[in-house]
Amino acid sequence: MNAKDITFLEDTFKKFYFEHFELLHVPNDPNQREFGYQKFNGGMNRHISLKSDKELHLLLMQNKPSDVYCSNARYMFPSLPMSEKDWQNAELIFDIDAKDLRKEHPKNNTLIKCSDCNEISALGDSCPNCQSTKLSFTTLTCDDCIKSTKDEVLKLNKILVDDLGINEENIKIFFSGNEGFHIYVHKSEYESVGSRERAELSDYIMFRGGIPETFGFKKFNTNKSSLPKFDDVGWNGRLAKHLYGIKSNRSKISQEILSGGYALFQKKLEDFRDSIGIKIDPNVTQDIHRIFRLPGSINSKSGLTKIFVEDLKKFDPYIDACFIDDEEIEVAANCPIEFSLKKKKFGPFNNEQVSVPKFAAVYMMCKGIASSV
Amino acid sequence: MIAIFKLSWYTIVMVNLGNDEIVKYPFLAEAGKYLSDKGFSLDQFGTDPDLKKIVDNAFERIITSSEGRIFKSDPLSNNSALPLEIFSFLIAVILLKLSGMNTLIRRFSLAEARRAEKFLEKDLMNHQDATKTKLSLQILQELFSVTVEKIDEEFTISVSDYLKHSINFHEREWKLINRKVTNGKVHLTPHETVRLVRKELDRHIYTKINSSSTPEMIIGFETYVDKLKQLAKKFEVKTVESKEFPPCIKHAIDVLEKGENLPHSGRFLLATFLLNKGQTVEQIAPLFKNAPDYNPKVTIYQLNQLSGISGTTEYKSPSCEKVKGQNLCFPVPACDTIINPLQFGRKRV
Ligand code: SF4
Ligand SMILES: [Zn+2]
Ligand SMILES: [Zn+2]
Repeated sequence: MNAKDITFLEDTFKKFYFEHFELLHVPNDPNQREFGYQKFNGGMNRHISLKSDKELHLLLMQNKPSDVYCSNARYMFPSLPMSEKDWQNAELIFDIDAKDLRKEHPKNNTLIKCSDCNEISALGDSCPNCQSTKLSFTTLTCDDCIKSTKDEVLKLNKILVDDLGINEENIKIFFSGNEGFHIYVHKSEYESVGSRERAELSDYIMFRGGIPETFGFKKFNTNKSSLPKFDDVGWNGRLAKHLYGIKSNRSKISQEILSGGYALFQKKLEDFRDSIGIKIDPNVTQDIHRIFRLPGSINSKSGLTKIFVEDLKKFDPYIDACFIDDEEIEVAANCPIEFSLKKKKFGPFNNEQVSVPKFAAVYMMCKGIASSV
Repeated sequence: MIAIFKLSWYTIVMVNLGNDEIVKYPFLAEAGKYLSDKGFSLDQFGTDPDLKKIVDNAFERIITSSEGRIFKSDPLSNNSALPLEIFSFLIAVILLKLSGMNTLIRRFSLAEARRAEKFLEKDLMNHQDATKTKLSLQILQELFSVTVEKIDEEFTISVSDYLKHSINFHEREWKLINRKVTNGKVHLTPHETVRLVRKELDRHIYTKINSSSTPEMIIGFETYVDKLKQLAKKFEVKTVESKEFPPCIKHAIDVLEKGENLPHSGRFLLATFLLNKGQTVEQIAPLFKNAPDYNPKVTIYQLNQLSGISGTTEYKSPSCEKVKGQNLCFPVPACDTIINPLQFGRKRV
């Protein structure tokens, strides 16, 4: 990103922070948290200790960060190097991101950037300019993606409550600021468990590593009645619903499964990972030393804010998480597809100078498809 | 002379441990108190010909365990005024302490743990006598802080407790996904419940023996003790100055080579260990190439951070205790004398 764009974004973010201090808080146990931030084109600064909202606000004003983070872990000495921090516990966290849900790039919402000639174009198999296939993909606003991520969040929520016994009141959902959701579990028995245990939890949630025996299919002498039933708890019940669709199909379909044999069922279990497993990012859940985007802060991948979601159904990130003002400004935009923010449609812009509201300008600059003039 | 026989068992407050129970779980008894309550002093065992049989039994019990077998219980032998099996356990501990042979103590605790495991399982399932079930639940609670609840014929334990114990098992049926999980509880059979704490049971008995103080030599015990010392030699592994990596490091490399995911703490351990051993970032980076989330740029960046090239801090390898806490420690006898994996294999002077 060029210096001019950086200054523009830094100032815009700073203005947002200044006007929205009420959105930015340290957790209620700040002394035990590690904070960190990044600057545009800069590395990560971490191992920072902040004692109050005031100190946080000061950091935002002085350092003009592009992104701000806070650990989900609690430490005795959060500002010491990792090996000396003395880890205490950590909230359980989950990341559900649209990119992990998509089977393919959404046709109307994806741009390709050519790594050879830097050309930006609408989705295709190769660069229309130089035919290179070294491409990177950028997704712009997409309601379908948000819808399916929300569904995934609801499924996760149900497993957390029904299977893992977490009190629903302690589950807090945040929009990630780009195209996903961050889920925090507060005050649970899981706070004390380590990384390998969390990896097990991820496997459970993602439906990984299941063996046929778990679902009543033994190598020998299996009969229909031991296969999953509709009213079974946990994955057995969910698998039953997935397999049979409706209760009355059970007899017929379970017979088919049985005749398919053990090995086939085993293979199918792996396929079910894709269809019924919850698509969380396991690395986030099992990393107990992570610094995670701070609620209320702007995500520099999009210029949208990571924000608490009160009513997931009604929540529209492209309205509710877009806090930049709508002062008209001029930018050079190269955006071959359309996107929409705050209920307004923008683009396509064909390498042209356009006047758009600041929030749209920021969005495009963060996505790397516009530059200040 | 009673004074020399102060075994510092830490007592577990249990509801009236009857003789029956102590036979099954002799490690729960407070040894010194138990013997003196019964009107015995240690010295008597060395000199009284009538008690010699018990010392012989104790010796046998150690031999059996050293061969990897479980000492066979004979319930009848405990009915007399002399609960033979309890005594033989307590005397065995004395003999072990006097011999000072750690390999024997290890084998003994393991065999005793297996023995107790069988009783625990039986007691959990005891339908006739609810107090038996209650006591075994209490043992699980007090020894291993595992709260097991009995619901109808099933036993349940909280998911987080389950994970903390099962994480060290590698069989797939122990994966959480292969368990009945509901409402934050994992459902288990009595056998599985007990299996879950096997390691801890072993460790409990081992540390209990290890932390008890060694009495002065008891007249009449010398031959037994000498024989034990001889026996232990058989198990000694001749340790040559080894360039071998400690098990925690081997495990980490193993996991990466298999392309499985090594948690952050494991990568940190491996990287700092190798850096401290003088390997370069370039030599280490390829180790991570099989990791599911491998990204060469990020890996090099992180390694550089650790080695202090691009960052300002140089990281020391975490201590064994830290590693243990992260469940990445798989100690072997050579680990006993060290506090940091970096010391592994270093000769002591
Ligand atoms: S005791 Fe130390 S060296 Fe041995 S395996 Fe554990 S951590 Fe590694
Ligand atoms: Zn090109
Ligand atoms: Zn989409």
